[in-house]
Amino acid sequence: MGGFIGQRLSVALLVAITVSVIGFALLRLSGDLAADIAGEDATPEEIAEVAQLYGLDLPLHVQYFNWVGKTVTGDLGESLFTNEPVLDLILERIEVTLLLAFYSLVVALIVAIPLGVLAAIRVNTWIDRLALGIAVFGQAIPNFWFGLILIYVFGVILRWLPISGSDSFAHYILPTIALGTSVMPALMRLTRTGMLEVLDSEYIRTAWAKGLRPRVVFFKHALRNAILPVVSLAAVSLGFLLGGSVIVETVFALNGIGLLAYQSILRSDFPVVQSILVFVSFAYIILTLASDLINARLDPRIRFD
Amino acid sequence: MTEPSKKSNISVMAPSPTEIMRRRVRGHTGFLLGSGFVLLVLLLAVFAPYLSPYDPFEQNLNTRLVNPVWGEGGTWAHILGTDSLGRDYWTRILYGARISLTVGFGAAIISGLIGSVIGIIGGYFGGRIDGVVMYLINVKLALPGILIALSLVSIFGGSLIALVCILGFLFWDRFAVVTRSVTLQIRNNDFVTAAEAVGASKLRIIFGEVLPNVANHIIVVASLEMAIAILVEAVLSFLGLGIQPPTPSWGLLVSEGRNFMFFKPFLITLPGLAIFFLVIAINLMGDGIRDVTSPEGRN
Repeated sequence: MGGFIGQRLSVALLVAITVSVIGFALLRLSGDLAADIAGEDATPEEIAEVAQLYGLDLPLHVQYFNWVGKTVTGDLGESLFTNEPVLDLILERIEVTLLLAFYSLVVALIVAIPLGVLAAIRVNTWIDRLALGIAVFGQAIPNFWFGLILIYVFGVILRWLPISGSDSFAHYILPTIALGTSVMPALMRLTRTGMLEVLDSEYIRTAWAKGLRPRVVFFKHALRNAILPVVSLAAVSLGFLLGGSVIVETVFALNGIGLLAYQSILRSDFPVVQSILVFVSFAYIILTLASDLINARLDPRIRFD
Repeated sequence: MTEPSKKSNISVMAPSPTEIMRRRVRGHTGFLLGSGFVLLVLLLAVFAPYLSPYDPFEQNLNTRLVNPVWGEGGTWAHILGTDSLGRDYWTRILYGARISLTVGFGAAIISGLIGSVIGIIGGYFGGRIDGVVMYLINVKLALPGILIALSLVSIFGGSLIALVCILGFLFWDRFAVVTRSVTLQIRNNDFVTAAEAVGASKLRIIFGEVLPNVANHIIVVASLEMAIAILVEAVLSFLGLGIQPPTPSWGLLVSEGRNFMFFKPFLITLPGLAIFFLVIAINLMGDGIRDVTSPEGRN
């Protein structure tokens, strides 16, 4: 187990370092940072002064380590647009994005797991086909467009729900549906496949032979084993949802870090983009690592693979 | 006495692999529906100039926001109505198919090349080289795709070529994951060992033994990635960081129609449905190819 943890940790660390280099490169790629900070009317001398002040005239690798050093102490630089510290901008909005991602995942799981189980129990019947149809639908629908349709139907025609902003729980309902739909199909398919595999195994036949009730066999014996890969996919999906919230937050004007990222890209405010990029990537790396370790703890076969 | 005809000879024999494939294709409704629709869209895109009397860029401010033929005040002159600048909507959607298909094909080919090379190398050579491949895949998976795509478009611009390259460069991971694991399995087969034993070069084994066995998996993933690239192009164009106006892209049409969606909802529903049906059709086609070429992997 120790070797497994060590190996996974070192891979995660290596990936995290690479992602931070990519984030750093993105900011340098976006243009002349010193000129951006100095402003539009700055003379070449002023730009050179700014470059010296911010250490932008140093060799790139020195700049990188300076940036990492600052980041570790919580200094993510300042927005080129509002001059506010990037950390404050992100902290103000992170709650909205986390809530949206969390609600979306919960809704996706609430739909995906029962549907996947049902489809597997009634494999090759109309229920199975309906479930797969829903999955195809969820995969193919563009979620920005689905969001607009939800706004039109529930916000404009029926007037049941608010269509923009993040003031109350009701504000999250439509964005949650739009975002949750994009991760539901994969979770459903995985539940279905897992259940089909497990239902075919010897110990389930034993459970049937013992005369256990179907409910006990399906939910206590089968689902428990089929759910393992679904749990790790759910953790990975949460990372994906944080990144995918850009679209839904923009459509619904939810003031989270997705909308902030989008606005910052439009304004070429790359210090903010860079921080959000690295933040979302790190969240993904940590979630994947956690799900790997939890899975290895629950299923010893993985550790010795 | 007559000679037994050639035909009766064949009927006694087991069906050839091609014949089995043909039967599977004929029996697969999803594949037939999906590939039929994709073919239809392809034809519409290619022959767009002949299928509409209008120019997709031609504005006519006298006929702004005309409803489709089934709506109030709709005419057969503009079957799907006109947009806010009086451009014929059917023509715009027709030409939009060109963008979607170009981006889909282009991105799938580029990402397929990158991903398959990386995946086959990792799966074939194993060991430390495979470690590097796994590391590359992990880095790619950790990066939020949409965010990177938006940033790169804002840096490099939203030309069609830039977009195809950016998307191709971003979605190679699934190709790498699939080809890697398939190559790992094939590598341990007797025919690969035999080829090694007679002294075939590594390159020859990869192209002669491994690639033909990985090819159908690559095609299945390619169809999936094509659908994803089409969706992402639509998102980027919708957000204003993809295809630039006045070029008609389906995502851009939704974005342009958004300001009028409350009283002219067809401006967003029609291009959205176009994306939706094309993506469903490509997915059905991909699932069909998988079922036909390797039915054991159906679930």
